[in-house]
Parts: sequence; C-alpha cells; structure tokens
Amino acid sequence: MNVAFSATGSDIESGLDQRFGRAKQFIIINTETNAASILENTQNMNAAQGAGIQAAQNVVNAGATAVITGNCGPKAFQVLQAAGVKIYHTKQPSVGAALKAFLAGELEEASSANAESHWS
Amino acid sequence: MNTNDIKSNAPPFTLAIASGKGGTGKTTLATALAEAAGIPVTLRDCDVEEPNAHLFIRPQWHRHTEQTRPVPLIDQQRCTACGACVELCQFNAIAVARGLAMVFTELCHSCGGCRRICPEGAISDKEVPIGTLDCGTQRKNPAAPINFIQGKLAIGQVMAPPLIRATKNVAAEEALNILDCPPGTSCPMITAVRDSDFVLLVTEPTPFGLNDLELAVETVRQLLIPFAVVINRADSGDAGVRTYCHANNINIALEIPWKREIAEAYSRGDSLCDAAPELKAQLHTMLQQIMCREETA
Repeated sequence: MNVAFSATGSDIESGLDQRFGRAKQFIIINTETNAASILENTQNMNAAQGAGIQAAQNVVNAGATAVITGNCGPKAFQVLQAAGVKIYHTKQPSVGAALKAFLAGELEEASSANAESHWS
Repeated sequence: MNTNDIKSNAPPFTLAIASGKGGTGKTTLATALAEAAGIPVTLRDCDVEEPNAHLFIRPQWHRHTEQTRPVPLIDQQRCTACGACVELCQFNAIAVARGLAMVFTELCHSCGGCRRICPEGAISDKEVPIGTLDCGTQRKNPAAPINFIQGKLAIGQVMAPPLIRATKNVAAEEALNILDCPPGTSCPMITAVRDSDFVLLVTEPTPFGLNDLELAVETVRQLLIPFAVVINRADSGDAGVRTYCHANNINIALEIPWKREIAEAYSRGDSLCDAAPELKAQLHTMLQQIMCREETA
C-alpha cells in the first residue's frame, strides 16, 4: 500500500510534520517495494484557506491509501474518509520512526479528526 | 447659500469613509457628514461584521430583508468527477473523492466560477442565508433626511463581501451616497470602497494609525480612487502622520480635535455635529470641496 507521511524534509530521517494541511511536504512510501516519492505541498503551506482540503485532495490523487500525520482537521478528515484513505495520528518524531511503528502495527486508525476547524 | 453649494439634483456622488486601523472614527465621521451635508443623503453602513452607525443615526426602520449568497449545488447524477471545479476554485472549497464531489460551503466566496466551468452543467446555485439588510430614515433635519441602509452579517458567517455588495446595491435616489466602510485593507474594505468617487481615510496621529494609513493609501492608490486624509483626535500622538502626508503630497482635509465633549457624546450615541457644532460648518465645506473637485476634474 501507498502511505503518505507529512514530513518536514525529503528523506526518511526527516521529522514527521505535526501539521497535515500545511505540512512542508509529503513522502509517499510503498510498503511492499519501499519505493518513496515526494509530494510537494508548498502551495497549501501558503494557502489563505482550505489547505487541509487541498492537501487531502492531492494525497488522494497521488494514490495514497493511508495517511500518517500528527494532527488532522475535520475537513481534511472528511475528504480522506470519503476517498477511503485510512488516517493514523502519531507523535513519532521522524518519518522513519512513524513507518516502523506503522509496520509493527502500533498505530491505531483514527475514527475522527483530532484538530479543530479554523472556521467554526 | 453660494453657487458652489452641494446640490441635491447633482449626479449621484459616492464618498467612502475608510481607514486602515479600526477605531479611528469612520462611523463618527460618516454619520457627522450625513448630518452636515444639508441635502438628502443615503448613508450605508458597509461594516457588516459589526454595523454601528445606526446607534448614532437612530433611524425609523421601515424595511427588513433576509439576504442570501449562492454556493454550488452539485448534481451527483451528472457529475463525472472530472475535477475541473476543484482545479478552478481558488478557495479550496471543493474536493473530489471516489467519484463524489464535496462542497465546503463556508470556504466558498460565491464567485460562481465552478458553475460556469463545469463541462457537464452539473453545478447550480443554492442560496444560503448570510445576514440581513435593514433600511430606515432619520428626519432630524426634515429638509435633509438621511436614508439609512445597513447590512448585518449573521453570527457564524465569515463571507462579508456578498453582503457588502448587497448593501451598496440597494437603489436610492439621493445625490450623495456616504459609505461607512469596514476597517483594514482586505476583501471587505476593497469591496466597500471600490467604484467610489472619493475616499476619506480616517486616521489617528499615532504610530499604529500611521502604519495602517500607509497600507490604506497603497490600497486606494491601486484602486485609482482620489482620496484625502482626516486626522481624528488630532492633538494627541505625534507628528508622524502629518510628516508622511506632506512627504507624499496627501491632502489632510480635516483635523478633528481631541475633546472630552466629543468622547462623551460618542459614548451616548450622540452626533459629532451636536458635540462640536463648530465642526459642522467645516464638514460641510469639506464635502463641498470634495464634490466640486470632482465636478471640475
């Protein structure tokens, strides 16, 4: 499966960005082949509004079926859920540590957003 | 009355009262100008997030209407999930997941672009409530009544521009149209000020006042609208605003003194013209100059 990590840098040792919508970028890792690719998120980092929605849309379009991030707001959650993408919240410090925890089955799938909307 | 006086049968003239900083005296000036004009005027409170001019005008209300704005309604039968609307929307208000388009109404700015671009014609307008429009009249001076219009955004609504447009679009026959605008220099202020004949930027002579005045000046210059500055609480603060205006060739049209009587009148909801009668003539002269300046320009 393709898993999207919110990341503060471009490699596996990068920090796991605690923000989803305004993450620096996403690293998408195929857990079968270990192939990794970068999904830029600069546009959403600087978006006036709706960063979470658009980031979710991009992750969905990139073919990810799971997202591992620090915090995810209600609108991004709604888009990811509608697309059938599983969401995992974690405080793991790096992408590598989060991947390890995920593969070990230590992360629990989120059933709701864990951050508040900026609009209500 | 001289021949240059303000005429009630002149072509309609729109004067916007704006500022960068909030709390500088836009409402004080706008309501006082409406009273000092001496002809019938229309005063529109475009500060729809917190309209307060009515506290000073105390109109007799005669019309109340609910206002709506259009947001996209997607016909899921016709939608092919092509994503053209997602691509177009500058406000990230639409997403497509598993063939299903989702609309986030509170992020939509009602531009209508998605409806126009949809190749399947699957998007129509759905009207959602945004607030109210109220109209009334003040007849303190029976010869020069104030036709008063205000927009008021409903609690929880964040998109002010559609309601500001509606407030500006209520038809009125008065020759002078005064707009009490929202503070700042973002979409609400620009929506209110746009298409005016002249802008008065109210400021206070403080570093905060100056900082926000400079932003407002840059904004109004981009909109290509002639403007002048009014300094409120003029004998407080420092010389920064005056130095800036002189250096940039900006006309200071009026200085309103810092007086306890004015503050007391404000706190009671009384007019600036009643608190400082000597200002009424100055306000009238300033209006004449602004309106005649336009006529001869």
